Amino acid sequence: MAWRKRREIGKAGWGWTGFAGIISFIYFFPVLWIILTAFKSNADVLSVPPKFLFTPTLENFVSVFRRSYIPGQAAVDTGFDLFFFNSIYIAGTSVALALVIGTLAAYGFSRYPLRGNDTYMFIILTTRMLPPIIVIIPIFLMFRLAGLSGTYTGIIALYTAFNLPFTIWMMKSFFDELAPDIEDAGRLDGSSERRVFFKICLPQVRAGLAATAVFGLILTWNEFLFALLLTGIDTRTIPVAMAQTIGGDIGVRWGLLAAIETLFLIPVIVVVFALQKHLLRGVTFGTIKR
Amino acid sequence: MSTIALHNLTKRFGTLTAVDDIDLEVSAGEVLCLLGPSGCGKTTTLRMVAGLETATAGDVVIGGERVNHLTAAQRNVAMAFQFYALYPSLTVADNLAYPLHAEPIAEAERDRRVAQVAEVLELTHVLRRLPGQLAEGEKQRVSVGRAIIRDPNCFLFDEPLSRLDVQLRETMRGQIKEVLSNLKKATVIVTHDQFEALTMADRIAVMRDGVIEQVASPHDIFAKPSNIFVASFIGTPQMNLIPATILEPTQGVSNFDIGSQHIAIALKHRLRPGDRITLGIRPRSFELVAQQGPETILADVDLIEPMGAETLFHLAMQDHELRVVVDRARRASVGERLAVRFRPEHTHIFDANQQLMQP
Repeated sequence: MAWRKRREIGKAGWGWTGFAGIISFIYFFPVLWIILTAFKSNADVLSVPPKFLFTPTLENFVSVFRRSYIPGQAAVDTGFDLFFFNSIYIAGTSVALALVIGTLAAYGFSRYPLRGNDTYMFIILTTRMLPPIIVIIPIFLMFRLAGLSGTYTGIIALYTAFNLPFTIWMMKSFFDELAPDIEDAGRLDGSSERRVFFKICLPQVRAGLAATAVFGLILTWNEFLFALLLTGIDTRTIPVAMAQTIGGDIGVRWGLLAAIETLFLIPVIVVVFALQKHLLRGVTFGTIKR
Repeated sequence: MSTIALHNLTKRFGTLTAVDDIDLEVSAGEVLCLLGPSGCGKTTTLRMVAGLETATAGDVVIGGERVNHLTAAQRNVAMAFQFYALYPSLTVADNLAYPLHAEPIAEAERDRRVAQVAEVLELTHVLRRLPGQLAEGEKQRVSVGRAIIRDPNCFLFDEPLSRLDVQLRETMRGQIKEVLSNLKKATVIVTHDQFEALTMADRIAVMRDGVIEQVASPHDIFAKPSNIFVASFIGTPQMNLIPATILEPTQGVSNFDIGSQHIAIALKHRLRPGDRITLGIRPRSFELVAQQGPETILADVDLIEPMGAETLFHLAMQDHELRVVVDRARRASVGERLAVRFRPEHTHIFDANQQLMQP
């Protein structure tokens, strides 16, 4: 591993490697700052000039899940374990649903074009053109009337609908790039259309699925506006819960907030690292001429 | 029986007629090459046989059964594609085994067949690799292997060798021919390369603009091209085609006016003086003679192209160019005047409709 890294640095040259390191550090600094803050005591958080060397404490992480709201009273559950579950459940389910529906739709649009295929694709895209805030009132009312406010079903359905256009467009471009000969070969080798899709096409667009999933997850994971209005106490997601933590009688508890953010970051990092092999191929797909 | 028959097969894409009412039969064990320039409809014909295109009109009959209504998967034909169409996410072994998934055979039997095919095509050492890690020639062999691993009704090859370099092409040509001769199936090979067709085919069908111009054995298609298109398409360097007017014969010898010169050739054709025809002579069928006579024409050496064993002379007559291939020992210099004799047995005559005239 070490020799390999060294060889890659050798390829790029130490100058470029250093330069890339500095740029990365500038970009990563806010994240690093948040992570450091999460481990500081309240006094260290507020100290001027800021401290880089301090005694780390897990106090903030404990109070994410259990703390006393009124000074002097016993600590109670904050419900953040549920909110984390909600975020993971809602984002995961809606992205998975969007991938399943969107990939099938994209395959259809790519392989069995309808009369006016481009028009349909454009209409699908237009659903993403409106700033969400414009449609929030009708959607809110619709959810109220349909009894979907505050339910998992409601917010998952909404996020799935949000992710679908992007998924369809992404996956269609991946399917368009595949050589149709390979599918024909599958048909001649006795494969049904279903087998052609699952055994031949789908494995070839794994990178696309990974990239689309990551983009969708990040979008859904961060979504605040609709979550604020359409989730209830039981279905609240982290971004909303985080915002509600900011207020308080004793000012903003930066250390606590930083701890939530650090925890909030972990699933994103896990997913990106798990899929990084596909991700680079996925996001550069189609940009390199074959 | 493994046979293919096409009856009045037609394919139209909108207003374009890609394949126009063709009839063709391939018997069991026969290798037929569909040969023609790009866009002549040969690949479309192949795809209709495979079931990848639906015919606009006409019938495809495989093994005596009309298969128009069957999908590609149901027709049980094997095809090797021009760009190989290997499954990129499967290893070579899995690529080879893929066509067997539809057959109810045990895993051991499947592995045995994969190993057997891999051995025939010298792929044993790459079985664990992915297609992306293979050399061009290996990819091509995998695509052939995938076609021959099961027992299909017939074989179809779409430009099987077009992506290989010259040397590899020669080896593979022999290898494919050998494999096919052991299989006793009707085989159709699409190619635009006449060498491929001439060397691999039992019969060649030359296509142009969706129409089959001639179907014949490689020997006949070269020796008796049925019209000017086939004559000029087959053979390199290209056949010389010289427009001529028939003159009065003298003592049974035909006389032709080829513009600036007259030439006498002893032909058995029934020729009417005054008709305009085209004389077709292959570059290797001329004779360079020392003395000028009624059977010769005179031309000046314009360009000399050594081709290894032979040399190609471009000779300039007043209004045309003649391509003449001579032994490499025969030397000449640019500007030299040569006397060229037309050998009657190698001279083709095409009538005003560009069709070959029979003697």
